[in-house]
Amino acid sequence: MNAPTYNFAYLDEQTKRMIRRAILKAIAIPGYQVPFASREMPMPYGWGTGGVQVTAAMLGPSDVLKVIDQGSDDTTNAISIRKFFAKTAGVATTTHTEDATVIQTRHRIPEAPLHAGQVLVYQVPIPEPLRFLEPRETETRRMHALSEYGLMHVKLYEDIARFGHIATAYAYPVKVNARYVMDPSPTPKFDNPKMDNSPALQLFGAGREKRIYAIPPYTTVVSLDFQDHPFERYRFDAPCALCGAEDAYLDEIVTDDKGSRMFVCSDTDYCEGRQAAGHRGKESAAPWEKAHG
Amino acid sequence: MTAMIEISDAEKSFTMHLQGGVRLPVVRGVSFRVAAGECVVLSGPSGAGKSSILKMIFGNYRCDSGRIGILHEGEMLDLASAEPRQILSVRRATIGYVSQFLRAVPRVPAIDVVAEPLIATGTSRVEARERAQGLLRRLNIPERLWALPPSTFSGGEQQRVNIARGFISDHPVLLLDEPTASLDVKNASAVVDLIQEKKHAGIAIVAIVHDEGIRDLIADRTVDVTTFAAAA
Amino acid sequence: MVEAPDAPMHDQPLLVAEALCKNYGRVTACRDVSFSLYPGEVLAVVGESGSGKSTLLQLLSAQLAVTSGRVSYRMRDGVLRDLASLGEAGRRFLFRTDWGYVHQDPALGLRMAVSAGANVGERLMAVGWNHYGRIRQTASSWLERVEIDVARIDDAPRTYSGGMRQRLQIARNLVTEPRLVFMDEPTGGLDVSVQARLLDLMRNLVGELGLAAVVVTHDLAVARLLSHRVMVMKGGQVIETGLTDQVLDDPHEPYTQLLVSSILPP
Repeated sequence: MNAPTYNFAYLDEQTKRMIRRAILKAIAIPGYQVPFASREMPMPYGWGTGGVQVTAAMLGPSDVLKVIDQGSDDTTNAISIRKFFAKTAGVATTTHTEDATVIQTRHRIPEAPLHAGQVLVYQVPIPEPLRFLEPRETETRRMHALSEYGLMHVKLYEDIARFGHIATAYAYPVKVNARYVMDPSPTPKFDNPKMDNSPALQLFGAGREKRIYAIPPYTTVVSLDFQDHPFERYRFDAPCALCGAEDAYLDEIVTDDKGSRMFVCSDTDYCEGRQAAGHRGKESAAPWEKAHG
Repeated sequence: MTAMIEISDAEKSFTMHLQGGVRLPVVRGVSFRVAAGECVVLSGPSGAGKSSILKMIFGNYRCDSGRIGILHEGEMLDLASAEPRQILSVRRATIGYVSQFLRAVPRVPAIDVVAEPLIATGTSRVEARERAQGLLRRLNIPERLWALPPSTFSGGEQQRVNIARGFISDHPVLLLDEPTASLDVKNASAVVDLIQEKKHAGIAIVAIVHDEGIRDLIADRTVDVTTFAAAA
Repeated sequence: MVEAPDAPMHDQPLLVAEALCKNYGRVTACRDVSFSLYPGEVLAVVGESGSGKSTLLQLLSAQLAVTSGRVSYRMRDGVLRDLASLGEAGRRFLFRTDWGYVHQDPALGLRMAVSAGANVGERLMAVGWNHYGRIRQTASSWLERVEIDVARIDDAPRTYSGGMRQRLQIARNLVTEPRLVFMDEPTGGLDVSVQARLLDLMRNLVGELGLAAVVVTHDLAVARLLSHRVMVMKGGQVIETGLTDQVLDDPHEPYTQLLVSSILPP
């Protein structure tokens, strides 16, 4: 089933060794951005080339792969990456969080709790959390080396000064293992608490920026905040319209051209699982159910 | 009486490098003493070096040779060889200097210009201002001007602000360069009163005064500067 | 070089430069400069462009490595330490806490796209302040001290005038109550009226806070107004030094006389 002209999981073994060394170093220094020799991949930058390289270096023949894009298993990006590895590595794929051993993700952490032995691979566009305030890479590296993180609070200060609260809703900076400040990739801050003390290994790959970083299992991850403006995981006003979940991250879906909309789980697997178990939201009565059920 | 100032054999000349290195001798062999409570007036024609001697005592001009002894915090300190920090300390605590012109700082109100030397030596702002008001009143500066910066004042008003600033502190040595030059009779006599009070308080004063009437009122002694004339 | 902190602090130098030299290849930018700066003392370094005064400022503030010589600083624990032995982390910590650096160009000393409040608050956050309300309160009071309307606290300095930017830069530096401030042509590029206001403000702040400062300027009026002592530099060397009024009223060296005689009468 392997495409004959490709090595297992597309990358050659030397490249995978190089990436694995970077991953090991990243695990050894939680939150630290390890430079690596990012390769050209058969997809454009911004489509997850960093995550794909990390996944390629991680995969073994017995792994079961799940790929999500903003929580969904069935978007173009998720499907093409899933097919890419199915074709080049011949690994089994799944949409069930529970069954996967490797989950590559863009901008979400699955709702279902991860378990020990699982690896979550994040696609990262800009790994440097200080970048927008300090454009010099030489300077940001020094700041990390010397734990000079006052600047990160400047960003949060600006939020409060402008909006009255910390308005940063995604890519919300965290401190890993009480040492390095890290960009959790553009996941919503809703997901930040899931990174803390997670039994799964979390790996972050930035292809264009050529950086890999990691949160080993059971590592402390703290979202930055102020004493008088503590970190808050926001709540949604209504439960998921399809499965009625009250604890999930919701996407807004425009349903017609008259401004109607509904809010549904962004994690499709979670939502489907709940519906299969009989949970219902207010919009979930599908027409066939009315007709046939 | 205790000698507050002891000058021995001080010499000063200027070398004008921009004029081909011409050396202009100013004074030589300057030697005199001033005791606490005594007022010594320097006399001599213009250009004899009276102001230069005052500036040498203040540490503003550097001496070529000789000693400028000042009793500072219980010890005779030679200003001619002192460190800049020591000179600053002498100016803070020991020597007050009233120049001919006020070097006005932009934007600072007259009352604060006067109060500043006291505040600099640790007096509270409130008390320093009260004393400044008293002096400004005695020197007939109208109250409406107190809150304005003196740079907008007339020459005579500026000079009186300058005198108030010079007299506000309790420095044991006071140097006066023509304190009454541009003042009318009423204000000049106010300044004479201030000088007499300083003398009674034991302050040693060296003054340059051209007006003979005023000189006779304040001088305990005159020192003829022409005797220090340096041969060219 | 370690000495016991027995004498009172103000009797001991805060910053000590010993025989500083800086060469760029065969060009000597700074030669054999030595002096001591005491707490509360303001030293002006004057000279024309290219005289080595800016190089000296960078050597003193450890932004540039010396070719030979040594700069030592008395830390808050009273011990005089060689800056070269501090390490980068230590030097950068000094820069965020005990030192200030006022650039001629405020864009170098400020974050132009970040609000004034955050510009002032950054140093506090850098030393671990973690309470928004208190940071903002402190920033407001500093804006008031440098005569910036507190209503502008959320505006970015790129919307400020040149004089306001410079005053903001001063507030940003002084918020951690440093003991030593380096200033590089702090009034350069400002209108004369704006300069006067800034000088007056700096003079008051330096006096009130008992700051020591090294001010590099080519403007002798700035030196006269702000400094206690002057060093005149030419060709990388100090050619004359002394009390500011001594050097300006009674200049000895030919070059100093030239500088002084070049001032336009007020």
